[in-house]
Amino acid sequence: MRSFFYHIGRYSLLMKRVFSRPERWRVFLRNTVREVENVGISSIVIVLIISLFIGAACAIQMNNVLQYSFIPKYLIGFGTREILLLEFSSTIVSLILAGKVGSNIASELGTMRVTEQVDALDMMGVNSASYLILPKITAFIFFVPVLMVFSIAIGLVGGYIASFMIKGLSTADYLQGITMLFRPFFVAYSVIKSVVFAFIIASVSAYHGYYTSGGALEVGKSSTRAVVNSSIIVLLFNLILTKLLL
Amino acid sequence: MIEVKNVFKDFSGNKVLDNICAEFEPGKTNLTIGQSGSGKTVLLKCIAGLHQVSSGDILYDGRSFVRMNEKQRKEIRKEMGMVFQGGALFDSNTVEENVMFPLEMFTDMTYEERRERANFCLKRVNIVNANNKYPSEISGGMQKRVAIARAIALNPKYLYCDEPNSGLDPVTSILIDNLIKEITQEYNITTIVNTHDMNSVMEIGDKIIFIYKGQKRWQGTSAEIFDTGVKELDDFVFASARMKQLRDLNRR
Ligand SMILES: Nc1ncnc2c1ncn2[C@@H]1O[C@H](COP(=O)(O)OP(=O)(O)OP(=O)(O)O)[C@@H](O)[C@H]1O
Ligand SMILES: [Mg+2]
Repeated sequence: MRSFFYHIGRYSLLMKRVFSRPERWRVFLRNTVREVENVGISSIVIVLIISLFIGAACAIQMNNVLQYSFIPKYLIGFGTREILLLEFSSTIVSLILAGKVGSNIASELGTMRVTEQVDALDMMGVNSASYLILPKITAFIFFVPVLMVFSIAIGLVGGYIASFMIKGLSTADYLQGITMLFRPFFVAYSVIKSVVFAFIIASVSAYHGYYTSGGALEVGKSSTRAVVNSSIIVLLFNLILTKLLL
Repeated sequence: MIEVKNVFKDFSGNKVLDNICAEFEPGKTNLTIGQSGSGKTVLLKCIAGLHQVSSGDILYDGRSFVRMNEKQRKEIRKEMGMVFQGGALFDSNTVEENVMFPLEMFTDMTYEERRERANFCLKRVNIVNANNKYPSEISGGMQKRVAIARAIALNPKYLYCDEPNSGLDPVTSILIDNLIKEITQEYNITTIVNTHDMNSVMEIGDKIIFIYKGQKRWQGTSAEIFDTGVKELDDFVFASARMKQLRDLNRR
């Protein structure tokens, strides 16, 4: 319990240092662009592949469940869309990113810490927390919603492809399903969730990486801790946000 | 001039520095020597403000670095250059970008001016044709030299080198040592070098401080080091049996 409060305290202090005015805006912007590539662009492929398959699987499973009922088939399209929009593309994609990007951030910062690169920055009088972490958080917060929109779109395409394979579900039914009863607020809800999750993943992983001490072994440990803790916190906040927003 | 006054440092109860007092003058290469684990790095990091001292004071030209606020400290930090034990070059930047980094953060030079200055510093440490390589693509000795180039980019008043030649061959070591000494004299820098290399001690040591288990046991010049009467220092200087034999032959 004491260690819980210790981490909360140290995390808050770190965030206070992270959110201070960048030394040089030009450098900050350049680093942010670099991070968009590092944490964002490189995640597109994995997100697209997973979304395509999950979208297809959703449609197929739903068809299996509804096969012998009188529920109209277009609800398969509807259900697939709702799953993608409400949970999969925000929460599950965030969990996947926690694994990929979280470990990347933590191990990069951890390595910089144990090889004294962080000390070198502090030594020069650069605010190392802000210099290293702020571009990552910024880039990730801006890019995750983009990834989420991609994920929804490709997931729906996955369901569409599956609809060719499903007996009894016509493509027209599927398309009718994914356009019916559309509530724009669900998109906003998803975007809000993904922004919050992006912040959690980037900042929690950065926290674990930044406070690594020791050597290569500890870098590995920090990276594991980053993934585990940011995943748990994402799931916790998923519940909180769902309760608050819906 | 840097004065270290009664500095103690412990890490959660584990005492590492025990009442260290020392003075470091400009234009001189000051050496801190001692066995591995004696506390050299910790002392240097205390002086540079990377570790907080547990008690005691560190004065920069009479002003207490320990009691300064963050803003004043930052001003002094801009006048420091440090070469870390492992080089600590930024992996994601090229050699040239590494040297340009402090210039970009703290000066209003244009890109061309920064590049020119970086190239001047790199030439100073004999690095040519490696500007666009990444730290992982150059040898350890080159990394150390690039680290020196980065440390002197802003014309520092204080230069700290933590074992600048550990892991290097004797010839390269002496080159780096002499480079540090030259720069120190040329720009009247207050230089502190941590080392456990006796070659460096003999080659560049203007003033030497010997640390043993966190305590300062001796200080003096390289000429005096062979006859100090301090047992731990003798063991350090004449570590090998052969050296001891030579010493005893000499004394007879
Ligand atoms: N951040 C730290 N936390 C806890 N203990 C530390 C820390 N840094 C150093 N120490 C301890 O302080 C002691 C002195 O370490 P230091 O790195 O100063 O030795 P050194 O003289 O530089 O040795 P070397 O020549 O091997 O570099 C060691 O016993 C080490 O365990
Ligand atoms: Mg050391």
